[in-house]
Amino acid sequence: MWEFVNFYLMPGVVLGCIYALGAIGISLTFGILRFSNFAHGDTMTFGVYVTLSLVLLSGLHPLLVAPIAMAVTAAMAIGIDKLFYKPFRNSPTIMLVIASFGLMLMIRSVVQFFWGVQLQPMVKGIQMPMQELRPFLLPMKHVLIIGGTVILMLAVHFLLTRTRIGKAMRAVSDSPELARVTGIDTEKVIRMTWIVGSCLAVAAGVFLAMDTHVETMMGFKLLLPMFAAAILGGIGKPYGAVAGGLVIGIAEELSAFPWIAALGVCDGNTFTISTLNLVSNCNAPLLNPGYKAGVAFAIMVAMLIWRPQGLFRGRQF
Amino acid sequence: MNRVLDIADLHAGYGETEILHGLNIHVDPSEIVVVVGPNGAGKSTAMKAVLGLLNITSGTISLEGAEITDTPPTEVVTKGVSYVPQTHNVFVSLSVQENLEMGAWTRPTGMAERLDEMYALFPDLAEKRAQPAGSLSGGQRQMVAMAKALMVDPHILFLDEPTAGLSPKYRGQIFETVQRINGTGVPVLMVEQNAKQALGVAHRGYVLVDGQNRHTGTGAELIADPEVARMFLGARAETA
Repeated sequence: MWEFVNFYLMPGVVLGCIYALGAIGISLTFGILRFSNFAHGDTMTFGVYVTLSLVLLSGLHPLLVAPIAMAVTAAMAIGIDKLFYKPFRNSPTIMLVIASFGLMLMIRSVVQFFWGVQLQPMVKGIQMPMQELRPFLLPMKHVLIIGGTVILMLAVHFLLTRTRIGKAMRAVSDSPELARVTGIDTEKVIRMTWIVGSCLAVAAGVFLAMDTHVETMMGFKLLLPMFAAAILGGIGKPYGAVAGGLVIGIAEELSAFPWIAALGVCDGNTFTISTLNLVSNCNAPLLNPGYKAGVAFAIMVAMLIWRPQGLFRGRQF
Repeated sequence: MNRVLDIADLHAGYGETEILHGLNIHVDPSEIVVVVGPNGAGKSTAMKAVLGLLNITSGTISLEGAEITDTPPTEVVTKGVSYVPQTHNVFVSLSVQENLEMGAWTRPTGMAERLDEMYALFPDLAEKRAQPAGSLSGGQRQMVAMAKALMVDPHILFLDEPTAGLSPKYRGQIFETVQRINGTGVPVLMVEQNAKQALGVAHRGYVLVDGQNRHTGTGAELIADPEVARMFLGARAETA
């Protein structure tokens, strides 16, 4: 039971937090700017590398310098919007999608050019789980990731429901035409969307880097699960994205749990699924951990086929 | 005395297609002006032209004596024109109160007082202020849309077919509301399909056909005009 919680469920929750933070940005951009932003993952990578440089310069904990990286990344996102997306504001969506695809490659190349392509640690040394909670094993970094995610989500909730600009973001997401004739400053709303989206992306990336390491493909690798989370939650719905992120993160980790042995449906050492001719060790993971990423993909495909509006009735494609 | 709105010899349309061919409409202070006409006559198009949503080829639009031809929508709203579109005129996922707050985007001061005024003018909305606007009935949504438009204390209110798709009971209520709003001193320009009822509350009316003026007169004159009656008011059924 503790093995399940410590090595499968909690890592799933941590991964889910990271996906959820990233998916909020994708969902908001889709709702307000009406396009799928493929550059979201690499925007995240950029923010993580800025954080890494700040950590190396100052010697402080990444979370202390992350706010500066968020500001830099948000400024970059707004600049990109002005140069690359604004000219296409009234063009067909596909042009914006392609533009974001190009930016994805450009941002990544810039990161690789300036910071190199080798793996780097964000936090040095091995982190031991806190001894007080045994047999529950929880490393400090996971406490920081989960706690940080909760704080950021409460902040987003406050922004969207209590502030003028946040309500306007929901209004534009509802109907850009009505927002325009209501006199809402849509460009201001768009700027805020980039700020929120990139800050959350940087947070997600820094959390992931604290949990694993820093590399130039990290953001791109998150793109698929983040989109899967946004679609699962109903794209355009930031709260749905949070739920979707958690579901996908947990599902990915639990897919590697040795369910067959755990559920006691195995009498010998091997288990045969006769129709598929698969012979597997009872204690082996249900799904080879190498296929984890496939779980998000499978969920996304299933949702697009059977429930394209997502769990929370987002926009349909 | 300046006219509140003056549309003079306006030629406009969507892209290359011209829909309005020399249109003239004006609204004087505290008037209710109703525009009627068959489908495709350019009634709603005229409103959208004022809002800066159309391609204007020639002619002028003035608001309180100042020309506003080709001004972008956000600026037109700031100058005092409030517009209630025919459909999709509320933010469905926002609460009633949030809709009103968004209506006041260009005039954010004195929000609490404005909200109180609106709930006094539309008492039905007060108890529904926390509900999503999308959960309300068609008639109530129309009330939210009007209240939202009034939040900026507009110099003129545009209503695009406010009774479209509503039951007769609600229709009467909407026209009463329009008169009540006008009673607070707000001039109203209204496009309507329910021509007879609408002209009944109008100070003046315009009949448009093919993007041009066909008839002009007081509401009563237009209702009495035999040609107008034959064209739009279902006179045959009455004389029969």
